[in-house]
Amino acid sequence: MKDLIIPSDAERDFGTPAKEGKPVTLTIDGFEVTVPEGSSVMRAAAEAGLQIPKLCATDSLEAFGSCRLCVVEVEGRRGTPSSCTLPVAEGMVVRTQSQKVKKIRKGVMELYISDHPLDCLTCAANGDCELQDMAGMVGLRDVRYEQPKAGGFANHFQARDTSGEANPDWLPKDDSNPYFTYDPSKCIVCSRCVRACEEVQGTFALTIEGRGFDSRVSAGAAGDDFMASDCVSCGACVQACPTATLQEKSVIELGTPERSVITTCAYCGVGCSFKAELNGDDLVRMVPYKHGKANRGHSCVKGRFAYGYATHKDRILNPMIRDSIDQPWKEVSWEEALGFAASKMRGLQETYGKKSIGVITSSRCTNEETYLVQKLARAVFENNNTDTCARVCHSPTGYGLGQTFGTSAGTQDFDSVEHTDVVIVIGANPTDGHPVFASRLKKRLRAGAKLIVIDPRRIDLVKSAHIEAAHHLPLRPGTNVSVVTSLAHVIVTEGLMDEAFIRERCDWEEFQDYAAFVSDPRHSPEANEMLTGVPAEELRKAARLFATGGNGAIYYGLGVTEHSQGSTTVMGIANLAMLTGNLGRPGVGVNPLRGQNNVQGACDMGSFPHELPGYRHVKREDVRDVFEQAWGVEIDPEPGLRIPNMLDAAVEGTFKGLYCQGEDILQSDPDTKHVAAGLAAMECVIVHDLFLNETANYAHVFLPGSTFLEKDGTFTNAERRINRVRKVMAPRNGYADWEVTQELANAMGAGWHYTHPSQIMDEIAVTTPSFAGVSYDVLEQKGSVQWPCNADHPDGTPLMHVDGFVRGKGRFIVTEYIATDERSGPRFPLLLTTGRILSQYNVGAQTRRTANSVWHHEDVLEIHPHDAENRGLRDGDWIRLASRSGETTLRAKITDRVSPGVVYTTFHHPDTQANVVTTDFSDWATNCPEYKVTAVQVSPSNGPSDWQREYSAQAEQARRILPAAE
Amino acid sequence: MSAPMPAPTEEEVRAIVSGQLHLEGPLLPILHDLQHTFGHVPRMALQVIADALNITRAEVHGVMSFYHDFREVPAGHHVVKICRAEACQAMGAEALAARTLEKLGTAWHGTTVNGAVTVEPVYCLGLCACAPAAMVDDRVVGRVDDAKMDRLLREAGA
Repeated sequence: MKDLIIPSDAERDFGTPAKEGKPVTLTIDGFEVTVPEGSSVMRAAAEAGLQIPKLCATDSLEAFGSCRLCVVEVEGRRGTPSSCTLPVAEGMVVRTQSQKVKKIRKGVMELYISDHPLDCLTCAANGDCELQDMAGMVGLRDVRYEQPKAGGFANHFQARDTSGEANPDWLPKDDSNPYFTYDPSKCIVCSRCVRACEEVQGTFALTIEGRGFDSRVSAGAAGDDFMASDCVSCGACVQACPTATLQEKSVIELGTPERSVITTCAYCGVGCSFKAELNGDDLVRMVPYKHGKANRGHSCVKGRFAYGYATHKDRILNPMIRDSIDQPWKEVSWEEALGFAASKMRGLQETYGKKSIGVITSSRCTNEETYLVQKLARAVFENNNTDTCARVCHSPTGYGLGQTFGTSAGTQDFDSVEHTDVVIVIGANPTDGHPVFASRLKKRLRAGAKLIVIDPRRIDLVKSAHIEAAHHLPLRPGTNVSVVTSLAHVIVTEGLMDEAFIRERCDWEEFQDYAAFVSDPRHSPEANEMLTGVPAEELRKAARLFATGGNGAIYYGLGVTEHSQGSTTVMGIANLAMLTGNLGRPGVGVNPLRGQNNVQGACDMGSFPHELPGYRHVKREDVRDVFEQAWGVEIDPEPGLRIPNMLDAAVEGTFKGLYCQGEDILQSDPDTKHVAAGLAAMECVIVHDLFLNETANYAHVFLPGSTFLEKDGTFTNAERRINRVRKVMAPRNGYADWEVTQELANAMGAGWHYTHPSQIMDEIAVTTPSFAGVSYDVLEQKGSVQWPCNADHPDGTPLMHVDGFVRGKGRFIVTEYIATDERSGPRFPLLLTTGRILSQYNVGAQTRRTANSVWHHEDVLEIHPHDAENRGLRDGDWIRLASRSGETTLRAKITDRVSPGVVYTTFHHPDTQANVVTTDFSDWATNCPEYKVTAVQVSPSNGPSDWQREYSAQAEQARRILPAAE
Repeated sequence: MSAPMPAPTEEEVRAIVSGQLHLEGPLLPILHDLQHTFGHVPRMALQVIADALNITRAEVHGVMSFYHDFREVPAGHHVVKICRAEACQAMGAEALAARTLEKLGTAWHGTTVNGAVTVEPVYCLGLCACAPAAMVDDRVVGRVDDAKMDRLLREAGA
């Protein structure tokens, strides 16, 4: 951790990690200090406010004891032990500043500096360098080691020696990573980067090569640079480096930042806290915040480095309008754009009825913004036509967990993983989708926890350095319910359930029904082996391990929800947790890994057409009353349209206008052609976004959006944690998104007058019981809180269902497997499933506009060697991917990560548009689309499909912008 | 030291690796076995070892590069090591080494053009009483002067 500028208390580095244990009291430099047993003397000193000089120690890593700068003397003991590796003992008397240790430190530092360039003033780490600080602290005034005049010396930092000969020990900078450099000439070989890569990130991409004077940090093996190594560019090494050896390129270019703002990452649902570090409004770097409770000081390549989209030239900064989508855009003033939009929307309501228009809220925007957008529908449009992109990802989670437990959210916090013994990861790929959580999980796995992976693909967690899943159940896409029910079958029939828990916490009658259902031999793993493709014995072992292995936690992702039986699988997962008593304490639970930064919040804020904020049905009069009082309007008691219904209605001609904030439904929703037809049939599509996204090709009004760096608000992450988003710079487009929504509402006659998002949060708190205790003051004070936060839980709720379920008794629901209608057959013999990759995020609107594209510049289709050979395909060939819905082309990648019969691709690039292929089948309960199963055929191809060509022509046409009138 | 062998195939490497997997801490035995069998540990073997042990190639590289005797490329037919530690230096080892390198027309760690001799530094052979010392393949030699070195090199075919 670099101690930037003035180290405030929150930024202090205690040298070694905190420990838990009984109190031990010792004396350091005459001060008595009490710390937990197992703490280091260095940490104890830091707690007493005394800093012992150090280089190789930092409190994110276990002590290493290599730099010898932190030596101390202990009364009654011989020698000068390093304080970072010296555990405290009762009654110990330590001296950190004796003449003896001071002399040792000077000598050590003199040696370090003798092999380090003295270019501090022009160094990128000037003012932000621990070597510099420590040289000052130990009082080094002279370096006696001089270079002989005629050359022939050994150091690592000069390209040529004094005689002009090339220095074989000097290595050039490694610039291969787009975001940071490795300059070996500045390295002091403290191993912090290597240890961070191992302990914090868990990638093990770095090592120390050679030994003694030849020791060097090496990314990968000989001949590798950072790009060629296993490095995933998480930035942990850069964070750990005490010098300029590993340095952000942005700092090299822009200089040391002078101010910082704590905010929350806007990529995935982990919700990492970051320090945005700036000069003026020039963002220099994003640094993971040590006290962030979701990430605990760690980050991934997206949050840490991929923020360049915020200032990308493609960003649209002026509002634009047009009468029809074949016209070019015309840049206009905000008043004109909002007036145009408002009169069109009102006009549509007059012509086609109140219910002919609607909104789509965004899981990318803040809670406050989402709340306003649904309020726009309910209070200004006076209908319930509001839906959100959660529809297409985690709506089954909301439904399934609501039915079984009584709340539509995960049960744990992320810290819980540190206490877990057996983890089931089902339908999730955390190392790519939720990398910071994956690092925390891997750390726990390396400490001995067991892992069961249920996924059609051999994801990295199945086997990567130092971790290996105990069981991988490679099921056929679409058979989740069958596998989960078989797990329950084994647990129940072998008597491995936690009966005491079930009797006390769940409805016993319902359990009887459920037990009878799952015990039926047709649910045995053997009976389903042919269907699921999962070897029965392996499944039995996995079930036994989960039921008997200690604290069992289930983490799942969109591979569970995005199915025709998504909600059923969620309920099945809840059943498994109840069956094994794995709820209500640390280390257990049911944990949906949310895709987007604020998908939890968007659901909480009443974005769904049938639910007001706080998951309360619009039918409930008492709930409508609350909002009718607060908003002064009458609320429609009938649920509105879901996204797919809006599109269907548009095609039928009854739905005419849409305000779509921060979501690219054309690229992200299934069956692209149907979405395009729906949008094309509308008369007023308002897109509110950073970029002219694919949906905007069909829009009539474009309202420029603001990035998460440009506004105040809150995001709610996968652990229900409400984190502050803070305005780091002024909105380049002029207005934060909540202001734009407010202006649109006011243009339609609403008369809202919020002046700050905190007032919106106050309104949410007043109207929504689970948020009753939330305010910006509370968040300022506590850093973050997990809902429910109210009179009963003033500090929020890290763990749900501790003493009882929210709904009272936990409810077992029978989970009958019903095959999806999407089946493979002679014409479409393969099953396509889709997913994400580490460096790109969803539709890629942001990450494609950063250097992250060096890792993934196109979508590829993973296909098993067997299936490839049958079709005469070689690695890298262009192929045609066709389904009943449509076809696209992309390149093939031959790999046995997928099973025979299964193919896999990502959906990050609009020119591929995997969703042209996906169908409009969806979850029975929530309409969540079945992205994860599409029957397809793959064949050789020699170029883009007709659809790709037509689409790109249409997009080019639709994106024309007329020069602004002078 | 026997004649240099052709570079092994991935299957050959895999066979050797799997032969040692039953050991606790098999990495060093694997490296030894590879070097013994092929006279060196080829670069491509690192990923094979890493995959088998479920570690990364960076870690294998870290271990392998720690030990100077593991080679990335095969050595010549014979390896001559000249001691450069204190006692031998005091007895003129540096000058001996410089002349030897000149004679062979190579630098430290280099191999003569005819592939006969690889010359390497070593830091103490435990023969300080007979400095300067050298080692030819597995045989240590004491009190090496120019004449003795010439003879050793001739025998080795340099």
